[in-house]
Amino acid sequence: MPEGLATTHEQAAHGALQHHFENMEQQREADTLGMWVFLVTEIMFFGGMFLAYTLYRYKYPEAFAAASNHLDIKLGATNTVVLIFSSFTMAMAVYSTQVGKRRNSIVFLILTMMLGLTFLVIKAVEYHDKYVSNLIPGTLIPGHPFNPNVHELHLPPGVSTGHVEMFYWIYFAMTGMHALHMIIGIGVLTVILILAWRGRFSPEYHAPVEITGLYWHFVDIVWIFLFPLLYLLGRHMEGHMG
Amino acid sequence: MSEHIVHPRVYLVVFLALLVGTGLTAWVAFFDFPGPLNAVIALTIAVVKATLVIMYFMHVRYSSRLVALMIASALFWMAILFALTISDYSTRGWLPLT
Repeated sequence: MPEGLATTHEQAAHGALQHHFENMEQQREADTLGMWVFLVTEIMFFGGMFLAYTLYRYKYPEAFAAASNHLDIKLGATNTVVLIFSSFTMAMAVYSTQVGKRRNSIVFLILTMMLGLTFLVIKAVEYHDKYVSNLIPGTLIPGHPFNPNVHELHLPPGVSTGHVEMFYWIYFAMTGMHALHMIIGIGVLTVILILAWRGRFSPEYHAPVEITGLYWHFVDIVWIFLFPLLYLLGRHMEGHMG
Repeated sequence: MSEHIVHPRVYLVVFLALLVGTGLTAWVAFFDFPGPLNAVIALTIAVVKATLVIMYFMHVRYSSRLVALMIASALFWMAILFALTISDYSTRGWLPLT
């Protein structure tokens, strides 16, 4: 190795230091920034769906309120708490890795995954409820076309069930994409857990744990907006409707 | 810039604040406020909760300004997406079609 390079590349470099970085600090900052670039594209991706939601809600307020009120607020709120708790355990997993407490970080990673799975199970229960009530939009399920019970929905007269169906398209698109992100997150956490188990991370090298945390918290933030928009925004109109 | 390690106590406080925010937003949703106030309140609480997650759980408060710039650029572009699209949809019908 030429002498000039040896002086810029950290002496006795950490095994995980890639040759194009000067030191672990620079590498970690680049990793974090790279993850944020990805998250920016994710913000734009979900942003498009939030925009679709905004426009249709503005256009069909009564149908959206009626459809929204049919969602189970208790399950939605429980899932919000589950996800916030999982963000806390994820943050604790990152902290434990930063201070070199391998066993704690493994426990917190497992907790985070369990909470993520809990979220998905509750979500599946909600999806099943919608399936039973024939509220899966279009003909996504063969033999189970969208066919809402108008009395159950308390739909004001003159409001089209087609507009209710639009709410459920948006509901399933957004929560479905969110759930897919959760599944991917649990997959990534599995890899991180195995690496943590093998003792790959240390106070000097923990960028993979950190940026997996960034992803997990991002998915949490999406839900922080989905919960009020999908579950709550029609509740105050319940008294006004038939 | 060396790495800042956030104390677990901070994480715990943020976690509790997020729980309070969740309870608050679910509770106030049942009150009938005038005009669009229900949506404004719900979104304000959501933005506060998201900011707490970004600043503390995602360490942006302790990260380089380049990261903050990255997030700001995303929000700026999203604002364009919303502003231009909504200005279109909300003004349709203002002029008669010829």
